[in-house]
Amino acid sequence: MSIAAIEASALTKRYARLTALDAVDLSVKQGEFFGLLGPNGAGKTTLISIIAGLTRPTGGRVQVMGHDVIDDYRAARRSLGVVPQELVFDPFFTVREMLHIQSGYFGLAHNDAWIDEVMVNLDLLDKADVNMRALSGGMKRRVLVAQALVHRPPVIVLDEPTAGVDVELRQGLWQFMRRLNRDGHTIVLTTHYLEEAQQMCGRIAMLKAGRILALEPTRDLLRRIAGVQVALRLRGALPPALRGQVIEEYPEHVVLRLSHPRDVGAALEACRSFGSDVEELEVGPADLEDVFLQVMSEPSARSIS
Amino acid sequence: MNPPAPLSVLATPTLPGASSWVGFRTLLYKESLRFWKVSFQTIVAPVLTSVLYQLVFGHMLDTRLEFVAGVHYSSFLIPGLVMMSILQNAFANSSSSLIQSKIMGNLVFLLLPPLSSLQFFCAYVLASVARGLAVGLGVFVVTVWIAPAPFQAPLWIPVFAFSGAAMLAVVGLIAGIVSEKFDQLAAFQNFLIVPATFLSGVFYSVHGLPSFWRAFSRANPFFYIIDGFRYGFFARSDVSPWLSLLVVMLFFGLTSALALTMLHRGYKLRT
Repeated sequence: MSIAAIEASALTKRYARLTALDAVDLSVKQGEFFGLLGPNGAGKTTLISIIAGLTRPTGGRVQVMGHDVIDDYRAARRSLGVVPQELVFDPFFTVREMLHIQSGYFGLAHNDAWIDEVMVNLDLLDKADVNMRALSGGMKRRVLVAQALVHRPPVIVLDEPTAGVDVELRQGLWQFMRRLNRDGHTIVLTTHYLEEAQQMCGRIAMLKAGRILALEPTRDLLRRIAGVQVALRLRGALPPALRGQVIEEYPEHVVLRLSHPRDVGAALEACRSFGSDVEELEVGPADLEDVFLQVMSEPSARSIS
Repeated sequence: MNPPAPLSVLATPTLPGASSWVGFRTLLYKESLRFWKVSFQTIVAPVLTSVLYQLVFGHMLDTRLEFVAGVHYSSFLIPGLVMMSILQNAFANSSSSLIQSKIMGNLVFLLLPPLSSLQFFCAYVLASVARGLAVGLGVFVVTVWIAPAPFQAPLWIPVFAFSGAAMLAVVGLIAGIVSEKFDQLAAFQNFLIVPATFLSGVFYSVHGLPSFWRAFSRANPFFYIIDGFRYGFFARSDVSPWLSLLVVMLFFGLTSALALTMLHRGYKLRT
């Protein structure tokens, strides 16, 4: 079995009164596109910070590509590229200087060809000699991504990379990340845009209050927790028996959530026998937003690891 | 737009040619480039301040004071001013660089790479020594035009210039680590560094002080740096330059141990 890209076991972080992470077990395989979802304060950034060595865990351990982030921090950090959430920059330097310096920190002196390649891919080449201060927010975000890639890390972690980023850059960034992922990089991202996680991530962990509530392939998660969504346009009223499943109601149609695809037939039958003909029907998987709300509202933690 | 270049993955964590020496060298380069890019503020301005001291005090008191037999006050003042500039700028460099990185948040760029605490320490200290010595040299070059400076025991001059700068660079590093805001750092500077420099004999010989203040000065490590440095110029000092060197080394060792421990534990740097 190959080494996991990220392997966390019983990872715990306690601050004075707050438990930011509560014995989290998590394994991300090499080559995965992995999503970390959760509301603010769920522990996503704490988890990433521990993986990156920015925060020391209270208990448990993490390995990146088989290297312990504390005992073998050099190898662990060389294997990891992190795009921080905050839009930070060093105002003293130009983009190219910044990338050269960051590459040097990782012990790479002659890395110009790769740095140029990263800049081309992030459309940064024409800003190469511009001071960081003069860049727009979106450009600064691209430089942060470039900085995370200067040492060609096999594992890339992005902490809310598209927060406050325009649509164009967001699309470009995801295209680039998909390519990196196809080329074999493991990618872990946290995001608030559930739609993005749904599109990008093969597997998702949902965090709440420092615990993993769900950890599954995105498709299974959608299917298992949320079932299917059925949009119906009826000639007549909706049978009272189906009222409880309505999640959205419009003048022309209603949207129901059914826990399993096999319930669709029964629902249609119920409409017919109630005397309401189905004029239009659309069946699709539930979206992650629903799953997310459902998981988050569950009172007890369900650990599915 | 250019066609996208193929991206390759090197799954092995040790890239060919990756060396920790390069990491250290890059941090030293970055720290030096940082002050060099704003050298008008970091080098020229402090030189000007010291020259003004020399012009005003040196000129005013030159004919009235003679701390050391046969040495005019304006000459006596030169080593003091040079050393004061070295100390204050070495301190300012490491402390302000670190606090700026903390407040701007870009310290994360240094915390993510595989740099060791020792590399971090050495790079910050050496860059600050470089700034301290650059300002000190600037002050010397200008003030020596105003008053003559003999070199009667010249070997001591670089020894104390370097060790003094290193000591304050380390103190600056500690101040930068401990402080979380600019005003905390300013308090460090105004209530510790400035009084300690002024009360160390920059402007006078402690021989002329009342006995209480003379004893007080002996407890101030800055006194030994300036006294030893001045010995290099006049071959005369309040205490033996060997004792001064010992005190400076001891203080450097203690503060370095503290700074390295803080860096190793990630004190106020890693949460």
